Amino acid sequence: MNIFSMLFRYWPAIAAAAIAAMVPSAPLKLRAVGKDEADDAAASAPTTKLRVGLAIIAGLTALAVQALVTGADAPVPDGAAHDEWRHLLNVLIGLPLVGAVAVLFMPRQMLSLLRGFTLAVLGVGFIASLWLLATPMTAGWHFQYIRHWIPALGVRYHVAVDGISLWLVVLTTFITPIAAYASFSSIKTRIKELCFAFLLLQGAMIGAFLALDLFLFYAFWELMLVPMYLMIGIWGGADKIKAAVKFFLYTMAGSVLMLGAMIYLVWANQKLTGHLSWDYLALSRVALARPMQMVCFWAFSIAFFIKVPMWPVHTWLPDAHVQAPTGGSVILAAVMLKLGTYAYMRFSMGLFPGPASSLSANLAGVAILGGILYGALVAWKQRDIKRLVAYSSVAHLGYVMLGLFGATPSGMQGAVLQMVNHGISTGALFMLVGVIYDRRHTREVGDFGGIAKVMPVYATIFVIVTFSSIGVPGTNGFVGEFMIISGTFVSERLANFSGIHTVGAAAGVILAAVYMLGVVEKVFFGPLSNPKNKHLPDLTVRESLALAPLVLMIFVIGFAPNLFLDRMKASVDAFHTQFRTVSGQTVQFSLENAAQLLPEETFSPAFLKGAPVYTSDSTGDDSGAKADAGGAK
Amino acid sequence: MSEYSGQVTHVELSTTLWLIPLLPFLGAAINAIFGRKLQNSGFGKDLSKRLHIGSFGVSAVAIGAMLLSLALVVANVVKLVGLEGGHRFLFNHAWQMVRIGSLDVNFAFAMDPLSAVMCLIITGVGSLIHIYAASYMETEPSFWRFFTYLNLFVFSMLLLVLGDNFIVMFFGWEGVGLCSYLLIGFWYKDYKKATAGMKAFVTNRVGDWGFICGLGLLFWGMGGKWLPNGSYLSDNNMRFVAVAAQELPHGEHGGGHGEHAGSGEHAGSGAQAGHDEHGKADPKKAEEKAKALAGSKGTLTMTSHPGAKVYLGVNFASDLSGANPPQPFGVAPFIRKELPAGAHSVTIVPGNGAVVSGEGSSRDGALVINNEVATVGHISVKGGENFLVAPIGPTVTFRELHDQLVMEDSTGPFLKSALLHKKGWFGLAVVTLACLFFFVGATGKSAQIPLYVWLPDAMAGPTPVSALIHAATMVTAGVYMIARLSFLFSLSPTASAVVAFTGAATALFAATIGFFQYDIKKVLAYSTVSQLGFMFIGVGVGAYWAGVFHLMTHAFFKACLFLGSGSVIHGMHAVEHDEVAVQDMRNMGGLKKKMPLTARTYFIACLAITAAPIPFFAGFWSKDEILWKAFNTENIAFISGKLIYAMGLVAALCTSFYMWRSYYLTFEGPHAKKEIETKVHESPAAITYVLATLAFLSTVAGVLFGFSSHFIGGHGEPILEQWLHPVLAHARVAFHERSLGFEYALMATSVGGAIGSWYLARSRYGASRPADWAQREQKLPGFTLLQNKYYVDEIYQATVIRAFMWLRIVFAEMDRWIVDGIVNAFSVGARGASWVTGAIDKYLVDGAVNFVAEGTLKAGGALRNIQTGRIQNYVYGLLGGVAFFGILQYFLK
Repeated sequence: MNIFSMLFRYWPAIAAAAIAAMVPSAPLKLRAVGKDEADDAAASAPTTKLRVGLAIIAGLTALAVQALVTGADAPVPDGAAHDEWRHLLNVLIGLPLVGAVAVLFMPRQMLSLLRGFTLAVLGVGFIASLWLLATPMTAGWHFQYIRHWIPALGVRYHVAVDGISLWLVVLTTFITPIAAYASFSSIKTRIKELCFAFLLLQGAMIGAFLALDLFLFYAFWELMLVPMYLMIGIWGGADKIKAAVKFFLYTMAGSVLMLGAMIYLVWANQKLTGHLSWDYLALSRVALARPMQMVCFWAFSIAFFIKVPMWPVHTWLPDAHVQAPTGGSVILAAVMLKLGTYAYMRFSMGLFPGPASSLSANLAGVAILGGILYGALVAWKQRDIKRLVAYSSVAHLGYVMLGLFGATPSGMQGAVLQMVNHGISTGALFMLVGVIYDRRHTREVGDFGGIAKVMPVYATIFVIVTFSSIGVPGTNGFVGEFMIISGTFVSERLANFSGIHTVGAAAGVILAAVYMLGVVEKVFFGPLSNPKNKHLPDLTVRESLALAPLVLMIFVIGFAPNLFLDRMKASVDAFHTQFRTVSGQTVQFSLENAAQLLPEETFSPAFLKGAPVYTSDSTGDDSGAKADAGGAK
Repeated sequence: MSEYSGQVTHVELSTTLWLIPLLPFLGAAINAIFGRKLQNSGFGKDLSKRLHIGSFGVSAVAIGAMLLSLALVVANVVKLVGLEGGHRFLFNHAWQMVRIGSLDVNFAFAMDPLSAVMCLIITGVGSLIHIYAASYMETEPSFWRFFTYLNLFVFSMLLLVLGDNFIVMFFGWEGVGLCSYLLIGFWYKDYKKATAGMKAFVTNRVGDWGFICGLGLLFWGMGGKWLPNGSYLSDNNMRFVAVAAQELPHGEHGGGHGEHAGSGEHAGSGAQAGHDEHGKADPKKAEEKAKALAGSKGTLTMTSHPGAKVYLGVNFASDLSGANPPQPFGVAPFIRKELPAGAHSVTIVPGNGAVVSGEGSSRDGALVINNEVATVGHISVKGGENFLVAPIGPTVTFRELHDQLVMEDSTGPFLKSALLHKKGWFGLAVVTLACLFFFVGATGKSAQIPLYVWLPDAMAGPTPVSALIHAATMVTAGVYMIARLSFLFSLSPTASAVVAFTGAATALFAATIGFFQYDIKKVLAYSTVSQLGFMFIGVGVGAYWAGVFHLMTHAFFKACLFLGSGSVIHGMHAVEHDEVAVQDMRNMGGLKKKMPLTARTYFIACLAITAAPIPFFAGFWSKDEILWKAFNTENIAFISGKLIYAMGLVAALCTSFYMWRSYYLTFEGPHAKKEIETKVHESPAAITYVLATLAFLSTVAGVLFGFSSHFIGGHGEPILEQWLHPVLAHARVAFHERSLGFEYALMATSVGGAIGSWYLARSRYGASRPADWAQREQKLPGFTLLQNKYYVDEIYQATVIRAFMWLRIVFAEMDRWIVDGIVNAFSVGARGASWVTGAIDKYLVDGAVNFVAEGTLKAGGALRNIQTGRIQNYVYGLLGGVAFFGILQYFLK
């Protein structure tokens, strides 16, 4: 390939990089201090670094978009096998976990080694996750990998990705390195433990998104709590211990309910089939007795609602966010909360479609009144910016849950997209709040005012992210919210309430504008009255580089959501169809006092691929081998 | 299979539409990234100084982008003019955004005569205002930032009017709100200005909420099925049909479209159903064309669903996935191909996950439902016929919505009647509800009651912003939207009545507030609100073209007025330094001598808006057309058109009063301050030339576009009405027919009244006004009420805002003390319980264990005393034992 054809092929990336390199205008220096020429020269070195960094980020983003565009156009031969490296998911989960162990053996004093190693592991994870995007995401499971884990209990190591978990995994691998990179500038103590926590967290979160075995899922779900507990407890604010304990116990309380329901479900399945299995696919076929369906649905859902968090079990979130360090907040908001919404979709709706369907109108009411409207009003009242953003998360996730409760193709795709959107914009918001906290050690709105004058770049980015958060068209927030709202209106599951639900949910965007712009106004506009703010330095190179990819993604999703929707479409549609069918069946046919097994024909073969298979005379020990054969494909 | 036909939109392809908004966007991007460097570099400094403008580089980028965009608009309009009347619709698909089920959102642009008018206004007036601003903002340190925002605004506005669907329109809709926010708060260091920006944005958001709800409702209404028992089945899949396209009858005015509705409204309507030469010529042309094509070929068109493939002659869906897939006939977004006459079977594969209702037959003859392949079935093409493959079902595209409403099968326009008979809340038809929601959106953007409150505050922004955004373009978006949806609004007399009445009420209400304002920009702001009310009267009563006409003339004269006031303020800065004082008309007076050009253009614009004392300037034509149509309307429910007319008339008289008051106070009479004599100068050429251009347009635009031979007894239509005819042809409107003399009489009434008001204003505030004019007017009844703008802001503050403020505090406290309180109470309870169990564990459970241990120890200790080591003691014990057991033995025996 000669240079011209390369130029021709990759011109968008090159152009983006060139433009990005020119973006940083004045050298980043302390303003209004009256620096002289020599300081300017000294300050120009970081500018070069910034230029190069921005160029790389912009170029890579353009490349990725280009690849996604052409990928979408490429014909997808039906049923054709694609090269799916069966260990890819193991690498995604295992690499950070192994890295976490490796960090333990590194000398505590070599800070740059620790940081570099962590970033390298997280970066490799991100690059590996891009591989997922190269595969055409047809309905059904991809990169499936199955191994026996505890045969006596029927527990298997079963991981697979589909169009729904795909984007959440990519979100995780995208956000965590950024959060880690950003935290390294503000956290100076116990770096080794920090690196360990980040890596462990990453592995656990990805594991939870990919697990298709309930036991495995539960293990990752709980494992995830530990590093976050440490993060809040060690590097948190003044009230960190209380917040950490509250976070841990609150989530744990829900999880225990879920564990109980899981065990009941496994037991019921064992009674029906004679085999112990924790496999999601196998358990999907179990239609419990009607009252037990309801009990188990609630046991699962409460655990997930706490994580989301939905009103009224949301109060751990503001405390945890306020006390958590910036990196922790970013991951907590961007990824961990999504586990609640994702798990509700995957497990509550997947395993108990009957109750999920019959309760959806009421739950949607809770999501709108308690989440979208109440969350927004409470956010408006907050004076601590971080607490405000935390409550805004409650409101935003209200939309996601509404999309799931509405259960229309548009609403559910919107919900999945909105999970990613919220991860990006709220992650960016928490990072921005962290920036100002690092400088002033306060987050009270009243301590600021007029700082757009001293921190223009910071102010610009904050305003952009704010507009993304309140869903202005052209940013990512609008696409998701619009899809959810339009999906809500046509939802038959919300029946007569769909109209009023829509009107209520749409009203949330007004309140969002009120509270977010209120912050912008009070922090950035007006006279620069507080003398402490007069010499605030603008964004550093590290902060700019950490924020740049997020800001870029805001616009990419805002203008070309199709790149993202194309890859989730088939899976979400398949999920929706299955939800419709199975919920109809369970509502109509499930018994009052006994569990029963739904016929295999209810589910699409693509969905059941990889479920444990039992021959009539064996006791399930050979199932792993068969499933493996299926998984390897 | 029923046959479909209708006067569906005929689409032509254009490849340059997307560049029109792109250019201002690039301008904004360049200035955003390089603007500061460009400004600091001092590029073209001498030229800047000579021209009295700010940074030459920055202005060149911004103005250049505008001019190029204008040139592109003109090129496209020329192309549009070259097409036949019914074919004036250019379409340009950029990329696909969202495709889920039947929700199909594309970044696509369309230009029809209506958006062409809007584009010309936006880029034309926009360019002028850019030039003006380059000089007006000369000394601004953030010059580059201003032009970034300004270009970004034009980009959004062009998206708004060029959008092919609701979503692109909404991009622009919110985009202009965003830019308005940024520009009002441009001088953000002033807290009040930033607050005004936020107020504008939030109020607009309330409107946007209406827009989204209306869109959702419409989308839902187009899709669902109503079961006989009244319940609703959401069947939101679309299907495709082939429609035999009919040519639009030419020259016929929107007056007589009873035949589309199939009702008897045709009689007695059709006020101006005249046929001019143009109208007569066209059917002939069409006939010739048909003859040439007859017997040979027909055409098949498909312009929806980008990416969809159309196949001909595929009978079975399974054929498509066979070993030799057939070649598609064409691929959307634009297919127009000839096909031989005769029967064809058309199959469409929308692809990309779209879900459509398709039914086809498999090879064994059984009917299969396949959601990914839609079969239109057999169409029999006659020579010269044009078939359009159109989707039926929920859509967000204006054109598809329009086509669905005009489409007819053997039962008539089935979708239109379905939509009219569907009931939403409160027993209102879905159409009415959707229109009302959309109108909520319009009241936000176009500053109508009850959401007008942001516009007067928006005057905090720089004056060119007020002229561009808050007079000429953005605030007219609501009017544009209703004109764009005329085929929908005209279906609902209720919604139309609400629109017209709100417009009339706003026109009157705002005009009265304008009476006693002292801030020159505030006067113009209320005047804008009032004039927007006139436009809404127009689009409300069914005179859509007149509403658009007034939109256009208003863009000229109000821009001229605002820029004139800007020129005055620019000059007054030499005298006053306080921002409020500099705009206060009490500090002006007699500026005519110092700023002759500004005064003259302001005078002309005043003539244009008030039609007094000299009628026949631009505003006269448009305003009178609106009032005339309001008087004769038969399209609104509940309210008489004559009431609307009366309210409009009074508002027009008020307009004449306060506008002339502002003119005389500013330009005539004695100087209020002595320094004016020496310090104030006329503004630089960039400002005055722009003013002159706008004044010229304010003079001639009315006659040019609004005059028709009808006024002198002929049958012509005004040129603008003819031009807009293809867009508005399917608005079902009717007007009562009255004699020409009656029209003259009404005209004379309004002109006479306006002259009366002018005379009143002149006598109170004219050149020879008494020195104590301000004290005198304060004694007038109602002065305090009007001066305080009817206390509307205060009322809102005391009700809505207070309620929300209270609610948020209640909720926040509830969250803290109740919701979180329960959690914390749990933790306290758990601690208490753990203390109790701890105590039990410590004192009871462990206590028992310890008791045993301690007891054993104690017992051991006690027993130790026995073990003395002395034989005697042991012997005593031994003997005692023997004695004890002996006695025991004795008794037990």
